[in-house]
Amino acid sequence: MDRQLDTGIETGLQFFGKMTASISHEIKNVMAIINESAGLLEDYSLMAEKGMPIDPERLRVVSDRVANQIRRANGITKNLNSLAHSVDEFQKSVDIKETLELAVGLTGRFADMRSVILDFQPPSDFPAVITSPFHLLNLIWQVLDFAMDASGAGKRVELTFEAGPTSVKIRFTGIEALTNVPETVFPTAKEAALLHMLGATIHQDAEKGEINLVLPKDVRQQVTAES
Amino acid sequence: MRILLVDDEQELVETLAERLGIRGIEARWATTGDTALERIDQENFDLAVLDVKIPGISGIDLHKKMKAKDPGLKFIFMTGHGSHDDFTAGSAETGADYYLLKPVNIEELIDKMTKLMTQ
Repeated sequence: MDRQLDTGIETGLQFFGKMTASISHEIKNVMAIINESAGLLEDYSLMAEKGMPIDPERLRVVSDRVANQIRRANGITKNLNSLAHSVDEFQKSVDIKETLELAVGLTGRFADMRSVILDFQPPSDFPAVITSPFHLLNLIWQVLDFAMDASGAGKRVELTFEAGPTSVKIRFTGIEALTNVPETVFPTAKEAALLHMLGATIHQDAEKGEINLVLPKDVRQQVTAES
Repeated sequence: MRILLVDDEQELVETLAERLGIRGIEARWATTGDTALERIDQENFDLAVLDVKIPGISGIDLHKKMKAKDPGLKFIFMTGHGSHDDFTAGSAETGADYYLLKPVNIEELIDKMTKLMTQ
């Protein structure tokens, strides 16, 4: 039990570090583009001072580029802020749709690096779940990390969820190469620790290329029922 | 001097290419490893500026593939990861001629390019 808790804490810290490192990398890229755009405007100014005509359209392109990057940075920092606040309360009511959107947003750069598309299709009904938001994010990342590596030639992982009376099922599909992965490979001790913390279970269907994560609607009742 | 810029951030390589063009340096760009390899099949370049992390392939692996196609090609790496250890480890592993940190100072980039081309 203690070892599982230690593994859960260690996994959480690694997740937090990985996400913040990725976000810092993305912000660096945004800064690099804004830096070059500012430099280009300076180049245009110098050219104009020398009497060279500058097409206003060129200025508009640079202006749009900076505005795009500001919007992008806003999205990145919003995700960072949500991740940071996910540790405010270790058990709270969580909107599954928002949590999955955040998880997909945080995973976006990792998906791009692997040339994998993440396709989140939320249903019209958004259930709230009482759970640990940080550990849930961590577990969704662990599944996505594995699913992206096992996405095969399709290079597309789809996510959705469905609510039952006492649980919510998050479905990860499109994991085409799941049949090639021995069942002992996933979940690892890391996922097992997070599953325990969340009172959740995970089910793989290799033939369908699908992983299902089943969460109790209220982790407190789950823990009480277990104890 | 003909340069190939490779980075998945299209707006970055487009802007950098235009700024180099203003300074009389002909620069083309690619946002994926496959496109970069296609470009060096189609055109001659003196130097490639690569991001360390490119979708689908690491900059280090791309460097090896490009070097195999054009052994005379020189390389400068760009990275957003700023620690000295990353820098040293990356240089040792790749044998890259120079490493530059993002955001790149264009005058420093041109200085490194010029040094490489006159070596």
